[in-house]
Amino acid sequence: MNASLRRIGAVVLRYAYLHKRSLPRVFEIVFWPVMELLVWGFVSVYVRSLSADPAVRIAVFLIGAMIFWDILYRSQQGVSIAVIEDVWTQNIVNVLVSPLRIWEWLTATFIYGFLKTCVITAILWALAYGLYRFDLADAMGLYLVPLAANLFLFGWALGVFTSALVIRWGHAAEALIWGIPFLVQPLSAIYYPLSTLPEWLRPFALLLPSTHVFEGMREVLATGRMASASLWASFGMNLVAFAAASMVFRFLYGQAKNTGRLGRLGLD
Amino acid sequence: MSTDPALLVRVTGLSKTYGSTVALSGLDLTLQRGRILGLLGPNGAGKTTAIHILMGLLTPGSGQVRVLGMDPGRERHRIAERMNFASAYVQLPSNLKVYENLNVFAGLYGVRDARRKVEELLELFGVAELSGRLTGSLSSGEKTRVNLVKCLLNDPELLLLDEPTASLDPEMADHVRTTLRRIQRERGIGILYTSHNMPEVEELCDSIVFLHQGLKIAEGPPREVLARYGTRDLDELFIKIVRKEHGSAGGGS
Repeated sequence: MNASLRRIGAVVLRYAYLHKRSLPRVFEIVFWPVMELLVWGFVSVYVRSLSADPAVRIAVFLIGAMIFWDILYRSQQGVSIAVIEDVWTQNIVNVLVSPLRIWEWLTATFIYGFLKTCVITAILWALAYGLYRFDLADAMGLYLVPLAANLFLFGWALGVFTSALVIRWGHAAEALIWGIPFLVQPLSAIYYPLSTLPEWLRPFALLLPSTHVFEGMREVLATGRMASASLWASFGMNLVAFAAASMVFRFLYGQAKNTGRLGRLGLD
Repeated sequence: MSTDPALLVRVTGLSKTYGSTVALSGLDLTLQRGRILGLLGPNGAGKTTAIHILMGLLTPGSGQVRVLGMDPGRERHRIAERMNFASAYVQLPSNLKVYENLNVFAGLYGVRDARRKVEELLELFGVAELSGRLTGSLSSGEKTRVNLVKCLLNDPELLLLDEPTASLDPEMADHVRTTLRRIQRERGIGILYTSHNMPEVEELCDSIVFLHQGLKIAEGPPREVLARYGTRDLDELFIKIVRKEHGSAGGGS
């Protein structure tokens, strides 16, 4: 087997071991997304009951948006939590002095985040169908794949960025892992259309790949199709976000290496 | 710079400062294959700084560093395949079982026939029965031995051991030393060893480098250094050097 693949496999195996017996971790995967779906789902049912017009598809928008947001959030968390897990367990120096390359480590966290998010999405999909008769695949059709792929990419880019903060500032940056995704949430126009935002804010919102995805999702749910330009814009911005996150990671890793922080990660 | 294959570590004029604090100043040291070099000194002497530079975790300020003939700043990954590290302060994940941790690191180091290798090393350190236990549930002594199993998985040519016996009781520390010495002799490994336990260093190390406030104060085989300073043992030497040098150099790591 290729040495890089073997090392990536070893890191993924480490995360798989973690979930194998840890009930709190399995619970964490299922609990929050399910609670969120229940709240948003019942809000949607209520909103639907307020309007007699069948053209009003607010309920579908809200449930779809909630599931899509979870893809973005969980993929970011998958990367950052995997990195901070090694800081928490004081194992990070063992990892950093092994033959594992940084890109292999991050790739393993992407795979871990992807698998975890797929499990969560499947659960939400089934629940949304069972409780609210919302079939994500039927509603989104083939658009589901490129839209979800964009959310994964943006989630990973955010994950690389927040992991860089952990590498540079250790435990002190922990709160940012949870908080930074919520910084992009209002601008991403997740639960409302972009036109809801003040006019001056919209150009900034359009700089986020996630805004194009959520606008596209609503377009698909309303009309069954979306402009391919939005998809390409989202991919393009994801490439920029990924490049920027990688540069930040490289810079902060270098700083941690220069200040001696890298060798002390997890020890304070 | 020499590429002598027997020379595992060669450090020349190594310096590192953190702001105005001098952590290392002009350090020279070498470590030959099959030898154990003790890196001694009080807290803040620069021992950990030196080890972190050798592992590629820290960028040196100036000077030249070659580990296994390579620059750890540029070729850390290639060095890491032939080197390993254990420290009393760096743990394996407590929430994984012992064999799970060792499987993961066997994968990272590309160990062939990992299962057999893990079993053999667990046996060697007398911890085979702990294989199925959660690492976090082990005693300090057991954790230390499992850490040592991890750091021998890749049959390293060079071992960096940062106070590996700290927090062990004397009997367990003796057991670990004996096992390490045996493995080192059998396999011709070079070991860079830091410890505050001076009798341990005297027993284990072929030569020592004594650091204080980033400067190399003394170097050589323990007996020669003791004779030079007119002291009976390394404990006495440690106290003598630290008191004599106290205030004559600035900073520490």
